[in-house]
Amino acid sequence: MAYLGVLPFLAFTGLFLLYPTWSVISGAFEDNYGVRSTAMLREIFYSPIARTAFGNSLELSLKTAVVGAVIGALFAWTLATGKPGGSFYKVSVALSSALAQFGGVMLVFAFLATFGFNGLVLTLATKYLPSSFLADASWLYSMNGLAVLYTFFQIPLMVLVFLPTLENLKPQWREASDALGGKAFEYWLRIGIPVLTPSFLGAALLLFVNSFSAYATANILINLGDYLTPLQIAIALTSETGGSNPAEAKTLSFYMVVVVVIAMSAYALLRKKVSKWEQQR
Amino acid sequence: MAATLVVALAIPVIQSAPANAKRDFSKVTSAGQAGGLAGLERECRKEGQLNTIALPHYWADYKAMLDGFRAKYGVKIDEQDPEASSQQEIDAAVTNKGTKRSPDVFDLGLAVAVKYLNTGTYAPYKVRTWNNLIGAKTVDPTYQITPNYSGTMTIGYNGELGTINKLEDLLEPRFKGKVALNGDPLGSSTGMNGIYMINKALGGTFDDVSKGVAFFKKLKDIGNFINVNPTASTIASGQTPVVIDNGYVQAGVVKQFAAAGKVWKMYTPASVGSTYNSAVSAWAPHPACARLWMEYTLSEEGANIWAGGGATPTLWVHMVKTKRASTAGIASIGKSKVSAEAATGAQTAAARAYLKTAWPAAVGVN
Repeated sequence: MAYLGVLPFLAFTGLFLLYPTWSVISGAFEDNYGVRSTAMLREIFYSPIARTAFGNSLELSLKTAVVGAVIGALFAWTLATGKPGGSFYKVSVALSSALAQFGGVMLVFAFLATFGFNGLVLTLATKYLPSSFLADASWLYSMNGLAVLYTFFQIPLMVLVFLPTLENLKPQWREASDALGGKAFEYWLRIGIPVLTPSFLGAALLLFVNSFSAYATANILINLGDYLTPLQIAIALTSETGGSNPAEAKTLSFYMVVVVVIAMSAYALLRKKVSKWEQQR
Repeated sequence: MAATLVVALAIPVIQSAPANAKRDFSKVTSAGQAGGLAGLERECRKEGQLNTIALPHYWADYKAMLDGFRAKYGVKIDEQDPEASSQQEIDAAVTNKGTKRSPDVFDLGLAVAVKYLNTGTYAPYKVRTWNNLIGAKTVDPTYQITPNYSGTMTIGYNGELGTINKLEDLLEPRFKGKVALNGDPLGSSTGMNGIYMINKALGGTFDDVSKGVAFFKKLKDIGNFINVNPTASTIASGQTPVVIDNGYVQAGVVKQFAAAGKVWKMYTPASVGSTYNSAVSAWAPHPACARLWMEYTLSEEGANIWAGGGATPTLWVHMVKTKRASTAGIASIGKSKVSAEAATGAQTAAARAYLKTAWPAAVGVN
């Protein structure tokens, strides 16, 4: 009877997570007529276009995970060391919750309107600072531009994920270190950083997966179907010009699932380490 | 399929005998078999609903078409996923087969429409105007799909940028970071047709789009072309002030800008079009409303709505010839328009294969 309460949750994840994942995995081993085949898996694996897209996806996710994790962690640290119930803290956490979900069409629109070729900053800069870097908007329409946009939702997500860990750093540990004659750098080297590292890496992995699977933002900013793997999947599902190929979509998704499974396994291992010291405190 | 067709054609004979026999509207292939338009209307009012999919309101003034149908027949319209692609329309019908949610009617680009001919996806239906529709016989003599309206590609742009008199004007510095193409050619027929249009203006053919691609490369290299996928909001706010798109979408932008006291102009360097085709789903949960929708959109009334939205109805040539075209429609799309030249499915497949590598090489980002 005790398990009854968990049933809705299991039904939900089963229906919306496990079943779709299974359908993607089984679909990757079939052709478009439902016949068992590994031809598509091989074809995609050796396709230079699919490889480039996958590489772009990985590079973008890696960049934004690292930048997002570092900046987000620093920001979380300022919050954690500040006044806990203060208004800055409250506003920042509320803002982070909202901005972590800020993506897609609206995010692209916000950046285009601000930094785009026809945006506010460029219009002002061409008038007042024509020789500055602000007077050229071409950076926005590139991999780096996309990375900046992704970082915009990565940083607040990092703050949300990492803040609880920082708040769990007991002041007593610092006091104990000080009392035993430890210097500030020794505290960080031997206590702070080792304790935080698993959490930090785990959060970074989460960010990695977050941008790896992002679609809507890239779809508007970079109008090229083969640029990132999620865009390729969309084309394979919806192409109006004869590129529709469900088996290809499922195979590409399968390779993405593989990456996510690796990342999430690493995440689970790291969490194990984290919970160990969280229990001991 | 041949067998189904024979059955379908045999139906009128069977049904003409007992006038009051209960009709199976999902098998009806013309208004004549349904007791005329009035018979269709009676049954549709009983069904009470029409399911549509992938009909954006800004697209060829679909809003007026949907409102008109609603007002005339007093039925509810369940408009699903307005931004879906042609392929997704078919997928939705197959996935929801046998449910009340399945779409009743399709609005399909040629490539997808032809791909599903004779697969049991469509219920053949011959509208009353069929004989007068341009291209109906050549596209599909078995009327599973019916060409309904076509658009001409154009370059829409903000009037504040001056005037475009020739294609090369786009290379001028005043267009730096301003030119966008609606959709990627690998996925979007609009994107593909945009390349066809530029290509044709430069003397290229549907069989070889390299001239068009070279022009886009030049545009990109000097920084005038941006890879942004334009949306209603990027256009309205001026983030994509020059957009290569369907004329019947741009016609809506012109009205929108005029309402805001601004000017949106259009320049068409070469006439390239694509026809959209209507079809009744074989699994339509509201078979009478589905057929009535076909009759409505392909009627003279429907044609005048298309014309008002900047699209050329396949009935237009006939209406102009018989002097039945509305003055407003003529003011909007003109008299002499026949369907613009369009690529065949095979030409598009070949162009797509070429663009798979040539397009990112020309306008790709790093």
